[in-house]
Amino acid sequence: MPSAWITTRAWLLMLPLLVVMVAVVSWPMAETVRLSFTDAKLVGTGGAYVGFDNYAKLLTGRPFLLALKTTTLFAVLSVALEVLAGVLAALLLDQEFRGRTLVRALMILPWALPTVVNAMLWRLIYNPEYGALNSLLLQTGLISGYRSWLGEPTSALWAIVAADVWKNFPLVALIALAALQAVPRDVKAAAIVDGAGAFARFRIVTWPYLVGPLTIAVVLRTIEAFKVFDIIWVMTRGGPANATRTLSILVYQEAFSFQRAGSGASMALLVTLIVTLFAVSYIAILRRSAAGS
Amino acid sequence: MERRPLLVSILIHLAALTLAAVILAPFIWLFLMSISSAADLSARPLHWWPESVDLSRYGMLLSTVANSAGAAFLASLRNSLFVAGMATAGALLVAVPAAWAVSRTPGVRWPLFLVIATYMLPPVCLAVPLYMGLAALGLLNSVFGLALVYLSILAPFATWLLKSGFDAIPREIESAAMIDGARLDQTLRIITLPLAAPMVATAALFAFLLAWDEFFYALLFTADQRAKTLTVAIADLAGGRVSDYGLIATAGILAALPPVAIGLLMQRAVISGLTSGGVKG
Repeated sequence: MPSAWITTRAWLLMLPLLVVMVAVVSWPMAETVRLSFTDAKLVGTGGAYVGFDNYAKLLTGRPFLLALKTTTLFAVLSVALEVLAGVLAALLLDQEFRGRTLVRALMILPWALPTVVNAMLWRLIYNPEYGALNSLLLQTGLISGYRSWLGEPTSALWAIVAADVWKNFPLVALIALAALQAVPRDVKAAAIVDGAGAFARFRIVTWPYLVGPLTIAVVLRTIEAFKVFDIIWVMTRGGPANATRTLSILVYQEAFSFQRAGSGASMALLVTLIVTLFAVSYIAILRRSAAGS
Repeated sequence: MERRPLLVSILIHLAALTLAAVILAPFIWLFLMSISSAADLSARPLHWWPESVDLSRYGMLLSTVANSAGAAFLASLRNSLFVAGMATAGALLVAVPAAWAVSRTPGVRWPLFLVIATYMLPPVCLAVPLYMGLAALGLLNSVFGLALVYLSILAPFATWLLKSGFDAIPREIESAAMIDGARLDQTLRIITLPLAAPMVATAALFAFLLAWDEFFYALLFTADQRAKTLTVAIADLAGGRVSDYGLIATAGILAALPPVAIGLLMQRAVISGLTSGGVKG
């Protein structure tokens, strides 16, 4: 078969996908760029061209920079704790113990739980009057009175981070476990024979196998964490006193609650820019690891 | 395996028990809340174990009496099934031919990478024009409109998963059939698609789960029982004035059942998907 026809055929087969992607991704994306230079409202007026006004206002105003700080804090805390808990869990699941298959299967459960259900569940657990956490901590004597975990600006973000870590650390654990299982048994055995201690074995034998998959997990989790919306919306809607207002929540409020489509679009684009930087680094890592193997 | 001292062995078992408890406790508590009486749930100190089993909330949510909590819940369940089903079918329809073409044709990879890259875009950067577009088409608060929007997530995802699936089917099998005189459509129908069926099914289930979980677009583009999905209904319950926490917990259990069952049944596929970076958290 002539190769020109094969290429044409490939494009024809891809056409439906490309048409869909243009309709639901490329067009909206281009429209967001255009809107970001206008003062358009969500409903009604098309808006007038205002140049870089929206961007200037964002970068000099407090709300955007505060949301950026909150989002970064959320992302760093949750991803760091997920990796820490995930690697520890994976090291444990790599040992032999009774019921290991069962515990490994359990790790799927938090991953499968819908994010909104997870958020709702933890909101109930943190409930200031009837929540399980207050009751548990009071009955074990760790606190002397009930606290409003999601109602106080100091604890709300931490409480959400804890709920997010609970749902996502098993994912990191499963990725890390798969990497651990790739470590050749004879290399492990040889290290033991050579008298390497547990920590030295981890650093020299295990870590090289772990670092690649973990890097990918970290980048993917960071991208997800920067986009965070669901768990925060259900647990606090960005409150109290905007203490948990992340970038996506801020865009939602600006564009949909206040109907300021133009300035909402400019915020959304800045968020996209940040996420794209992570995505580009992700692809660069993939390329490098593909070239390395 | 090295022989472990008894102490180490005990510590490992203790740690494993702790891990299992950390994973299970919230699930068990969610279930206990759903079957505890309202009095048990509002007691101080809390009654961890219900004095009597109260299954009335399951009946309440699954009842079809008009204007009841059940009617609203069942409507959202039906909407979720419709939206996720339609979006999955639509995504596979465009993803299967595209994935096959990319897998078999050198030199047309870059559009695929472009499509996959969009998967990482934050939904907020598409939301405003999608809202305006749906409004212009009269598709706001419609299961069809929402399913259409979900293609922006499901189509790249399915194409990515299916492409690596087709890569695993040797093209020599197809060439052999072609040499034997089969036309392309016959080859695909008789040889390739049956071989690809398990992985198309896997992609369909994952795509369905993605749509089932989706909240942001559903919150923006639906307004009432005609299109509200389960995730929005649950967020309403959690944030609304419902005073019976057991009812909220019951809705959560019912919404979590399908994905948790799929997750457990497809453990192997989930884990291989996670480890290859193909399935997101």
